Amino acid sequence: MPLVKNGRIITDLFVRVADGEELPGNGDVLISSERFLADPEALLRRSGKTGVIWPNNRAVDDLVPYLDRLAAVALVFPTFRDGRAYSQARLLRERHGYDGELRATGQVLRDQFVFMSRAGFDTFEVKKDADAEAFAETMKRYSVFYQPTGDGRVTALNRRMQLRHSESAGQ
Amino acid sequence: MYAYDELDRTLINERVSEFRDQVKRRLAGELTEDEFKILRLQNGVYLQLHAYMFRVAIPYGTLSSKQLRALARVARRYDRGYGHFTTRQNIQYNWIKLAELPDALAELAEVGIHAMQTSGNNMRNVTSDQWAGVAPGEVEDPRIWSEILRQHTTLHPEFSFLPRKFKIAITASEHDRAAIKIHDIGLRLHKNADGETGFEVLVGGGLGRTPFIAKTIKPFVHGRDILSYVEAILRVYNQYGRRDNIYKARIKILVHELGIEKFAKEVDEEWKQMGHSALTLDHSAIEEVRSRFSYPAYEKLPHMPDELKQAAADPLFERWRKNSVAPHKVQGYSIVTLSLKPVGGPPGDATADQMDAVADLADKYSFGEIRVGHEQNLALPHVAKRDLPQLWRALDRLGLATPNVNLVTDIIACPGLDYCSLANARSIPIAQELTRRFANHDTSDMIGRLHINISGCINACGHHHVGHIGILGVEKNGEEFYQITIGGRADENAQMGVLIGPAVPYAEVADVIEDIVEAYLALRDRPEELFVDTVKRLGVEPFKERVYATR
Repeated sequence: MPLVKNGRIITDLFVRVADGEELPGNGDVLISSERFLADPEALLRRSGKTGVIWPNNRAVDDLVPYLDRLAAVALVFPTFRDGRAYSQARLLRERHGYDGELRATGQVLRDQFVFMSRAGFDTFEVKKDADAEAFAETMKRYSVFYQPTGDGRVTALNRRMQLRHSESAGQ
Repeated sequence: MYAYDELDRTLINERVSEFRDQVKRRLAGELTEDEFKILRLQNGVYLQLHAYMFRVAIPYGTLSSKQLRALARVARRYDRGYGHFTTRQNIQYNWIKLAELPDALAELAEVGIHAMQTSGNNMRNVTSDQWAGVAPGEVEDPRIWSEILRQHTTLHPEFSFLPRKFKIAITASEHDRAAIKIHDIGLRLHKNADGETGFEVLVGGGLGRTPFIAKTIKPFVHGRDILSYVEAILRVYNQYGRRDNIYKARIKILVHELGIEKFAKEVDEEWKQMGHSALTLDHSAIEEVRSRFSYPAYEKLPHMPDELKQAAADPLFERWRKNSVAPHKVQGYSIVTLSLKPVGGPPGDATADQMDAVADLADKYSFGEIRVGHEQNLALPHVAKRDLPQLWRALDRLGLATPNVNLVTDIIACPGLDYCSLANARSIPIAQELTRRFANHDTSDMIGRLHINISGCINACGHHHVGHIGILGVEKNGEEFYQITIGGRADENAQMGVLIGPAVPYAEVADVIEDIVEAYLALRDRPEELFVDTVKRLGVEPFKERVYATR
């Protein structure tokens, strides 16, 4: 499954480690929320980077105390019609100021890329190779956005107000 | 009218290109039907019994003549020459071909019309009073706020994959023509003690198999905070709404299971955490949207022009005027409802030729503007009273002057088993038969205001729960049966109708409705007592006796 980060297909340096499995001494790992919360301090002291796979039915509040030391948070789309992780992503980015890797996992298709990026995801485990290859092109699909989110894209309303302001300033 | 600017147009065109690519990928087999289903639903495309059905949004029920002509063109070029206006200010085409859909969308996009989020589990077309901006006594034009919400809900990055569909309606009049109490969020525009504009926010209304009347979650939310408050509601719903059972996934179930107090508390906590955010609308932002609405240059006209005095001698004209013409906020003007409920016709249908003709009449008599109401009728919102006689003659020739607005034959009906793959029973032929039974306009005038709503299944697209008389099609041992309720209403006093007894077979429905109406005529204490008030006063028993005594 190709991984897209910051717009490019890259090699995934994180290894998913299942709950019963032994953790490698170093190297970057993605582990479950249960395993992480059982002993977060020990895990964060590892020499490799630690990322957490956070389920979409648990409030992200429990993760907040550790956000500045986490290398990655992977949110889950069990099917692409289940949109709970969009709210989690915005809360992590916009309310809790998380600025590490925010990864979309599960059924990730190109048709969600723009929504996901606007919600704060920067990394995508894409189901289909063709979708991953089409990432850059797909992200250019939209140039107009109505809602203010934490992604920094200027909204249509703000563009109109700026235009109006510059028009009146020029008179 | 709201005038789309370059940004609105660009976004619609970008959506068309995206959908074109999705259709292409589906036809090439790159998308499975399961994947494509969600994508097409987000753009108003259903798979029905015979073909794809295509639902196009008419935001808050406002159309320009140019837009109506484009709807007519699509009906003619891509469908079978007609369209069906729905109970949520949409138009549906029933025979569209998938491969041609992107072209149809592109044609509509040229006039600023789209099909975004007319189905699927997202925020649907924002609806409002079809008399918005022209009704006397309105607090202010609710379309400004409808448009603010339309933009905010379009392709929302957080709320495009909700547990279930989500519908918002807005009214600004004391008499609620937008049925806000049967919406997921209902907004009633009003002013607080300081004269500031804001909203009573209602939540958790809806019909379907578990009907609920919306409850007030906050009596006053200031206009500047409406987006953040709506967003707080949606965030709570997106996270906690049920996803395990499609029939329990609407927000009404969450509100019901938590209780309105607890739900309100959750929303309030979320809202407080949002604080003053980018969603707060300052005065200039609201004015920016307001400035994009244009209003007609009304003339100063007499209250009672000579043309109207002369035409009053014609009893047919007078009957139509009394029935279909409503007061306008500007002296000398009227709001004219165009009945899409001809005797024997399917409710809410209009042919492409009728649409074109209405567009011409709108140009001539209504500043090029047309409205669409949830009762599945059209309206011309700014007709000079002196023009009423001429307009009436033109409408009559088009079959659009049936004087039955709000009367027993002004029936709301879903497409039913004739088109819909969900339906258990037919709706349209029942409506058609009823319009024939009550075809005599003197009789229906005498009966007075009476709303019959028909749904072909429990999903309640025909709003049967809130019909004064509601008819619900069910299936019993492979046959069509119909449950009858009475006493429902969808306005500011919204309530669910009460079942009068066992379901009756298809062939008996019209007889039963006639019995109910006859019982009402015998029971009402004076001619002005409406059917729904008689039911309120007496309960269902006397009606039940009348219907089942001989059956």
